Amino acid sequence: MTVPLTLLGLLEREPSHGYDLKRDYDTYFGRDKPLPFGQVYATLGRLARDGKVAPGDAEPGAGPDRKRYAITEQGASEFDAWLSQPVEPEPHLQTVLFSKVVLALMLGRPAEAYLDTQRAAHMQRMRELTRVKQDGGLMDRLLADHGLFHLDADLRWIDVTSARLGALAEMVRAS
Amino acid sequence: MTSVDAALVKGARTVIEAREVYWSFGRTPALTGASLAVAPGEIVAVMGPSGSGKSTLLYCLAGILAPPRGEVWLDGERLDTLTDSRRSELRRSEFGFVFQFGQLVPELTVADNIALPLLLGRVRRKAAYARAAAWLPRLGLDGLDGRRTGELSGGQAQRVAVARALVAQPKVVFADEPTGSLDTLTGELVMELLVGLAREEQTTVVLVTHDSRVAAYADRQVVVRDGKVVSQSEVELEAGR
Repeated sequence: MTVPLTLLGLLEREPSHGYDLKRDYDTYFGRDKPLPFGQVYATLGRLARDGKVAPGDAEPGAGPDRKRYAITEQGASEFDAWLSQPVEPEPHLQTVLFSKVVLALMLGRPAEAYLDTQRAAHMQRMRELTRVKQDGGLMDRLLADHGLFHLDADLRWIDVTSARLGALAEMVRAS
Repeated sequence: MTSVDAALVKGARTVIEAREVYWSFGRTPALTGASLAVAPGEIVAVMGPSGSGKSTLLYCLAGILAPPRGEVWLDGERLDTLTDSRRSELRRSEFGFVFQFGQLVPELTVADNIALPLLLGRVRRKAAYARAAAWLPRLGLDGLDGRRTGELSGGQAQRVAVARALVAQPKVVFADEPTGSLDTLTGELVMELLVGLAREEQTTVVLVTHDSRVAAYADRQVVVRDGKVVSQSEVELEAGR
């Protein structure tokens, strides 16, 4: 789900070839799981079909595709909406949040404000689960606790990332 | 929008409020224009990293510190400009406190400790002890009234502290890391008692914690960072809860 949106974010910086997009994706978001070339071009093809990116003319050179892709207004709008919306609070969302933070810093967007929005969304869900605990039986309490401990872990990651935004921004902008 | 702004826009009455408050420890700034407004009966959690200024904000709201810049209001009365003795008097009559530890007098009994705020408020001894005794079953402390608090477990001591904070029916209870020294389940019990009883008594609570699971008991969470209130969960202040 996040691969197309992440590629849109990378294209928001400047029009790029598929090769450049793969290199940057793997550097920041695909350390354990590099993006196959086939998936890069297939995704770009779908984004072009849906009017979110526009391919330039083919350029001379080796390789399967020497087109430079640019983000369209529709693509930029969709990316912006995704970036500023909090992720549904649930376990194991750090990867999506991490992508959002890095892309926000890369593009000079307010990463700290996005983290604050996410923190508020998490706290809202934690309040709901706490009410479930207070009103429910033992099974409800145990299930709610499971959710609360996972959300708490996410919040700790948000707090640590928030404290390290300055260093992360320097690293992202330097590369 | 700060909570102060939100309260003004929505015309909500606030019971305790800090407006652009500053405080420094020597040359180290602790609060740099912190604002927070709390509605009557609301339970607010103040969160933030160590050194962010969250406890200092609580001490300013509670009149323990008088900030050199900014304003603190208690139910329409300016608190920060009062004399030390008047603030001390207000702390006794209008506020209750629950700290992480060290707030009880260990040589006194459970009943003595709970009755203490009433006795200091000049309630007659017999009436004070009768009111203190009424709190024991509400906190699961039946039969412990004659026990010295120095002999209690951490969880029992915090339950006594909750009773002592609420017994005089204060306008606001300030709780600074009230579960910080307790294990998960005991801390949960203390929070359920504090929040449940505060709601029954319609008492406002300002709770400082670094623990999001504790903060989730509150109606609203605010984050203090670098001496300012920088974010908060969305709530309708006039709704209270």
